[in-house]
Amino acid sequence: MHVPDGFINAPTSAATGVLAAGALAVSLKGARRELDERTAPLAGLVAAFIFAVQMLNFPVAAGTSGHLLGGALAAILVGPFTGILCVSVVLLMQGILFADGGLTALGVNITDMAIVTTVVAYAVFRGLVKALPRTRRSVTVASFLAALVSVPAAAVVFTLIYAIGGTTDVAIGKVATAMIGVHVLIGIGEATITALTVGAVIAVRPDLVHGARGLTRRLKLRVGGELVDAPAATPEPVAARSRRGLWITGLVASLVLAGVVSFYASSSPDGLEKVAADQGIDKKTERHANADSPLAGYSVKDIRDSRLSGGLAGVIGVGATVVAGSAVFWAVRRRRAGEPVEAG
Amino acid sequence: MGAGHAHRLYRHGHSPVHILPPHTKLAAAFAFVVVVVSTPREAMWAFALYAGLLGLVAYAARVPAAFLLRRLLIEIPFVAFAVLMPFVAEGERVDVLGVSLSVSGLWGAWNVLAKGTLGVAASVLLAATTELRELLLGLQRLRLPPLLVQIASFMIRYGDVITDEMRRMRIARESRGFQARGVRHWGVLAKSAGALFIRSYERGERVHLAMVSRGYAGSLPVIDQVTASRAQWSCALALPFAALVVCLLGWTL
Repeated sequence: MHVPDGFINAPTSAATGVLAAGALAVSLKGARRELDERTAPLAGLVAAFIFAVQMLNFPVAAGTSGHLLGGALAAILVGPFTGILCVSVVLLMQGILFADGGLTALGVNITDMAIVTTVVAYAVFRGLVKALPRTRRSVTVASFLAALVSVPAAAVVFTLIYAIGGTTDVAIGKVATAMIGVHVLIGIGEATITALTVGAVIAVRPDLVHGARGLTRRLKLRVGGELVDAPAATPEPVAARSRRGLWITGLVASLVLAGVVSFYASSSPDGLEKVAADQGIDKKTERHANADSPLAGYSVKDIRDSRLSGGLAGVIGVGATVVAGSAVFWAVRRRRAGEPVEAG
Repeated sequence: MGAGHAHRLYRHGHSPVHILPPHTKLAAAFAFVVVVVSTPREAMWAFALYAGLLGLVAYAARVPAAFLLRRLLIEIPFVAFAVLMPFVAEGERVDVLGVSLSVSGLWGAWNVLAKGTLGVAASVLLAATTELRELLLGLQRLRLPPLLVQIASFMIRYGDVITDEMRRMRIARESRGFQARGVRHWGVLAKSAGALFIRSYERGERVHLAMVSRGYAGSLPVIDQVTASRAQWSCALALPFAALVVCLLGWTL
């Protein structure tokens, strides 16, 4: 999805640029809350990790291979704010140093690939972790689903941006079908790799996984042959999650209902299977070089149905509400909380 | 550290373009691309003029044409996309050599191709004439939040280290006879990625402690503030202003 210059018109690029700048400002504050003064070295090293891991090739079959996009992985491993920062910095450096993605399209690229994937993945992840039993396995399952949803969500947002400011009049239905069809498949690969990687990290250093923080067990002391809870050394940093859990679960539910359920309800299963069959082979081939470029899907035949737009509109609506709502929420809270106490 | 970590796109040199302060170059490149993007696509000659302007800059920077052209290859995915566009776009169609193509699709393809190529060329020229460290200083000078610049600088500084670590892990895997051939081997690769994350994060913690022990308190001191004289600014901004003139001509003619 590294969008080049001239692909999205100037006003839309500017608008997404403003959006990206706002989100980055929020993330900078949030990351400081997550990591305090360790932010710069830690986020920098995690960004370097994301940059490196995007070069790790995962062979699919017969000489084709894919690689990780990393938004969901970053969100789960280091938290949403730091995740957004890391992926954005990677995109920024790719744009300036490697000419990968246009300078004027930086806003589009950051909005789409850093913010949407990270926020969606983290929202889904948090909701699922709340709902599932508190075990390591459910963290892995949740990261699988979070990554699975995050990639098509980015495709939906790209389609939306394209619908607003695309410079060519390719029918929006075609773009949507192609982008989402391809990215559902890419999402499966991304989800598998993300879940495996998160699982590998949890097995060794569960304390490093931001998303698995709720899993740490209280230290037990054996006093006179009986196990008692050790006194907590520091108060549990739960303030940030306690209230948020509820509405994140609600948002995830509405997203799933609006997008996925209505999508499945209205589109014929045949069409879906055909997309999968048509795309199954050639999509993976393209995945390496231009995994997420919109071109990947343009070869798709016109398998579309008018009601796809229903589900799409639902997701877009909920997404827009989430973004606007969260922005207001954070702004208000920032204003009100003079001293941020929680380390969310 | 910038000296030892010259990135692959950088070409060492002492041309007039190299010695311009980095923030003027960044501003000029960005303004140039903005101007290019807002040019109407029907004014084909304007894009030729833009290319000519960039050619002049490349000449002044003593960047060989072969180098520049090789770096443009990064654009290939979008060239492929642009080639597809006339076939899938809507609108009235025109027959070219017996193939029915969409007129608006042709315009769209031209639009993406021309603007994308010019954008990539401008970025390549910027990267070829500016050192990493200078770029970061320039970004800071352009009021990018200092924390963001710090993160970027850590990413750049340790990017090579982490990539090397990944390479060593690959060599270790391969020397034990492992060869990733399909989906079945993803588990091993993912474990490598996980280990890489842990190593990166722990390295970050060590780096932070080392910084704290040297007196770090949340911000890095700027010891070499980059400044630009009026002459340097006007020299750098000559490019976007020339482009702006072309753009205005493109809109009016």
